[in-house]
Amino acid sequence: MSDVVEKTLTALPSLLSLDSQPGSAKLSSTSKLGNLIRGITELTSKHEEEKLIQQELASIKEQVSSPNTSMRQMKELMVRAIYCEMLGYEASFSYIHAIKLAQQGTALEKRVGYLAVSLFLNESHELLLLLVNTVLKDLQSTNLIEVCMALTVVSQMFPKDMIPAILPLVEEKLNHPKEIIRRKAVLALYKFYLIAPNQVQHIHNKFRKALCDKDPGVMTASLHIYAQMIQEKPEGYKDLAASFVAILKQVVGGKLPMDFNYHSVPAPWLQIQLLRILSLLGKNDQRYTSEIMYEVLDESLRRAEMNHNITYAILYECVKCIYTIHPKSDLLEKAAKCIGNFVLSPKINLKYLGLKALTYVVQQDPKLALQHQMTIIECLDHPDLIIKRETLELLFRITNAQNVTVIVEKMLDFLRISEDDYTTIDLVGKVAELAEKYPSECWFIETMNTVFSVGGDMMQPDIPNSFLKLLSEGFDSVEEDKKLRLFAVDSYVSLLQGEPDKLPQRFLQVISWVLGEYSYLKEELQPAAVLRLLAKLLDTKNTSSETKSWILMAMTKLCDGEAGVSVAQEVSETYSSSLDTVLRQRAHELQYLSQNPELRSKVLPRDAGLEVDSSLSFLDGFVSEALAAGAAPYKPPHQRQEELAQAKALSLEPYGLSLPISMSSCSIADRQSPTLLSISSGLSGDSTDLSLKGGSTTLKLDGVKRVWGKEGYLAQREPLEEAAAQVEVPSPLRSPSQTGEADNSHSQTPIPIPTPEPEQEKQQLASSLFVGLSSHSSVSLMGKSEPTPQRFRRKAKSPSSSLDASERISNSLVSSTSTVDNLLCDNLLDTSELAVPSPSLTSQLSQSLTTANGSFDVQLTESDVKGSSPTLVRDNGVAVPLSGLSHSEITPLCSDQSLDLSVCHVQKEEYLALVSCVCDSAVQELRSLGVAVCQYSLTVKRPSVHVEVVGMVSYQLPVGTHQSVQFSHKLPLTSFIRPLTVSTEEYGKMWLDFTNDTKQNLSLISDGQESLTATLNVLKKKLQLHVVEIIGVEGIVACRLHQDQPCLMHCRVHAGTLAVWLRSPVPDLPDCLIYHCQRALQEH
Amino acid sequence: MIKAILIFNNHGKPRLIRFYQYFAEDMQQQIIRETFHLVSKRDDNVCNFLEGGSLIGGSDYKLIYRHYATLYFVFCVDSSESELGILDLIQVFVETLDKCFENVCELDLIFHMDKVHYILQEVVMGGMVLETNMNEITTQVDVQNRMEKSEGGLSAAPARAVSAVKNMNLPEIPRNINIGDINIKVPSLSPF
Repeated sequence: MSDVVEKTLTALPSLLSLDSQPGSAKLSSTSKLGNLIRGITELTSKHEEEKLIQQELASIKEQVSSPNTSMRQMKELMVRAIYCEMLGYEASFSYIHAIKLAQQGTALEKRVGYLAVSLFLNESHELLLLLVNTVLKDLQSTNLIEVCMALTVVSQMFPKDMIPAILPLVEEKLNHPKEIIRRKAVLALYKFYLIAPNQVQHIHNKFRKALCDKDPGVMTASLHIYAQMIQEKPEGYKDLAASFVAILKQVVGGKLPMDFNYHSVPAPWLQIQLLRILSLLGKNDQRYTSEIMYEVLDESLRRAEMNHNITYAILYECVKCIYTIHPKSDLLEKAAKCIGNFVLSPKINLKYLGLKALTYVVQQDPKLALQHQMTIIECLDHPDLIIKRETLELLFRITNAQNVTVIVEKMLDFLRISEDDYTTIDLVGKVAELAEKYPSECWFIETMNTVFSVGGDMMQPDIPNSFLKLLSEGFDSVEEDKKLRLFAVDSYVSLLQGEPDKLPQRFLQVISWVLGEYSYLKEELQPAAVLRLLAKLLDTKNTSSETKSWILMAMTKLCDGEAGVSVAQEVSETYSSSLDTVLRQRAHELQYLSQNPELRSKVLPRDAGLEVDSSLSFLDGFVSEALAAGAAPYKPPHQRQEELAQAKALSLEPYGLSLPISMSSCSIADRQSPTLLSISSGLSGDSTDLSLKGGSTTLKLDGVKRVWGKEGYLAQREPLEEAAAQVEVPSPLRSPSQTGEADNSHSQTPIPIPTPEPEQEKQQLASSLFVGLSSHSSVSLMGKSEPTPQRFRRKAKSPSSSLDASERISNSLVSSTSTVDNLLCDNLLDTSELAVPSPSLTSQLSQSLTTANGSFDVQLTESDVKGSSPTLVRDNGVAVPLSGLSHSEITPLCSDQSLDLSVCHVQKEEYLALVSCVCDSAVQELRSLGVAVCQYSLTVKRPSVHVEVVGMVSYQLPVGTHQSVQFSHKLPLTSFIRPLTVSTEEYGKMWLDFTNDTKQNLSLISDGQESLTATLNVLKKKLQLHVVEIIGVEGIVACRLHQDQPCLMHCRVHAGTLAVWLRSPVPDLPDCLIYHCQRALQEH
Repeated sequence: MIKAILIFNNHGKPRLIRFYQYFAEDMQQQIIRETFHLVSKRDDNVCNFLEGGSLIGGSDYKLIYRHYATLYFVFCVDSSESELGILDLIQVFVETLDKCFENVCELDLIFHMDKVHYILQEVVMGGMVLETNMNEITTQVDVQNRMEKSEGGLSAAPARAVSAVKNMNLPEIPRNINIGDINIKVPSLSPF
């Protein structure tokens, strides 16, 4: 019986397909699809398939455009078109019909139409506009399925410009009684948020409503939005942390209906999402947000003990969260144990995740890697390449000077067997980074050789570039440089003698450059021999024309002696008729220069290093001509920025000020209105200036700017530069010693690791891999933490490499307080309170100083409060007790009806003492003066042209009202500059050590014989520079910012101007100093 | 976010392609080929995650895949998705297919590509995980199918017949599809 049925069924489709009745149209086309599929699977070649599909497409095209085709048939045709598109054949003719189907069909046909549209089109496709009306109509439909379809297609893609048209309807759906509709609406809104965040800004409170929806599904959907928004701006959502914790607590506690369980784990995906959100919220957190998470994290860890895949997923997220938020020791311990379980797991997916977690945490906790060293070693030999790669990634993070050779060797081993381009490129970059970080002569060259030959032409182009730069700039000692170069020459010559045609082009380019530049170092090597080797390369047919021009360039440097010249002539003859213009040019150069040894030694001087005239002084003539012809003077980017910031700052000022002044005017009636003071206008320029600073350290363009057009803009400069002023916190809380302690509490105590005793070999490997990873390894790890490690710091040996903890902390602090109000809030916490025993101000007076941008270190050294016996009374009524010391003029800063604040600074040897006097102005005529004098010592952390100290004095009047006055004071950098007394020899030594330099031409003061001396004297007087020596037309000058922040200046009279070259180990110092030099000379 | 969902068979023939991020048509095909190339050369006893593949998104991009009999289910995701979570999502998806098609096999996916898309739409919407509960998914799909039945009436019956047909060893079944092991095996809970 069943046989009969089966046979009937078998025959059915074919029977029906013959049937041409309209009722069976659908089925007949079903089998048409079937036929197509069968047809395709029976084919053997790609070519045949293409032919068949083209036929099919042609027939579909014919049918869709025929007016007799019913919607029902159209639906079938669409499915066939989808199939063809999936196989990679374009069916663009059907797009418009897909839209038509979605528009006109019944619900079922609509569904196919929408599906086809969402598969065929993309957000920017022009036809999509035709869909908008359909979507609008369907969103208003009473049929739930149609609404669902519309929402689905909207969340897949929707034209950005048309969002406003449907937004109200989608919003409305958030209140729909059906949860599935609400849920889809939330996701559609999420999509809108992704493509046009501004459009949905006004409905953020609706997102909150969705988060509180009674249906957990809708709440889950809303988490997508929150995850995204929190990732973009974590600080804006800290208040939600408690809600997320509460949700997670309920989920973990099993409060959700059983439906949400997956393998008896309650809503695991929801848990994962929540944990991710929590870790985003708790990242870089100052404890408070993190603290509320501890309990639920602990709970999650405890509950997720069942042995199933999905519980591991939760555990993994837990662990990551624990290591991301503000640390708590017992949780860390549990998390570490968890990571251990992952790493040791026989399940390979878990091992992978364990390694990933280790990589993630190893910066905070290197001892964890130590604990699992044997497992890591085993993973290095794992058959799965992905595991292996992940292990290398981990090792990359724990590399230090001691284990670098072993780790790099492992990486190179992997590179040799890797076939995947992406992995190769990635890993080659990492090896190069490590090699450059810890270079040691032969090893470095050998490693880079392998990198070049394995990485081939796929690697990032900056790798060979930086290698060459490193080689040419050299390291600390000349001797070592020579050895390094010699070794490179040696190894390259032997490589060329082997089989050079197998080497990648990039490597050949490197080789030819090095040989051209340094082969003279090897005395027994004849240039002609090198030339012949290079000429052989030229003849190889694989050599690209780019490489050929490198080779010709190298030959030009080398063609020395008779034998050399003859080789060069031969080569240049061959290539001087080359079709490639670059090659032809090089060949002609070679020919000409090989015949003129004198000219050649001028054009290509030996061992000159890469000298770039960053001031572009050779363009001066051109520039002055252009200026004369009416061109606008060049403005460097940061000046343009400043102008912009200024323009913005203008509007802010009155608002910032009006409030405190008007408040204070009520207490005493008969006073003239306080003079207007300007506060913290510098703050508005804050963030832009910061970014600009970062820019100026990398791109040393600053020096270029002031060569021309001085008269043009320096007059306007004064107000502009003021905006750059930045100041920070006189924080007694953050003294270096204390932060050091705080840091120590996190650092690990070395724990004796029980090592099992497997094979000797692995042990050995382990000890070589994990050497130097004990508690004090943090130095190398610190180095790693910067996202783009600077490659060529070697020569600099700048003091910044030994940054102390406090500096790092304050830097990070600043980056987090980029907005003005945050800054103020933070800073105002640090208030030093002074009691003023003045009769009128019987209550408390507190004064605070704030500085922005972390470039200054303000320490409150003494705050002595003087009573009513001023030692020195000036006519402005301010007392200055600092007699005997040279000090600047006393500047009144601000005043209100009850007090005057004045400030002056005293230049001490190591710091700048800022003395501020608070004077009871309200009563000065009636009673004796009440004067409070505070003294602060200021030192500069990061140079900028001006320093602005921003502060606030708050005090309490006897009546009990609190008053506060804000003030700001600007100091030029010159106040912090001190002469540096060094001998010429010391100067020479220091000069070579510094990397940050700036060149610029300054105008001389007079044209006479002694113009240099006169100019330098002016600078000496105004800027407190120390003139070390003047030799003929050159002079050397030295100064310092701190004990350890010198800046050297080399001046030379040249063509009526003073060519100044500044060098310093501190990035921005030369730029700032040259600005002041310019000012000083101009004012003179 | 899920960037793409690719299903292809052991020979790299695409069975279902869904991109949630726009790529030009030829780029899509290139991604499919590259992904197949990456995935197919891996043994069954290695991990289910793959990094690399430069086409979709470089380092912030992972492939998470499962291999069932003749088919590979590959999810291309960015770093905001949990690896193990997606791995179980694939499992949920396949189990749902199994439920909807009653013992699902590759042929179901070929002949009912549109239906597979509809099921997928209930699991993942616009690159975001919408629903992970199998019962919920099948309910939604059923609602839609009921609509189909009420509308299709009699004509739906032959479709059912076709689905019965495929389970019989028929001569029409293309030869170069491996019939022996065509059913997708949905392994039980811990499939490692």
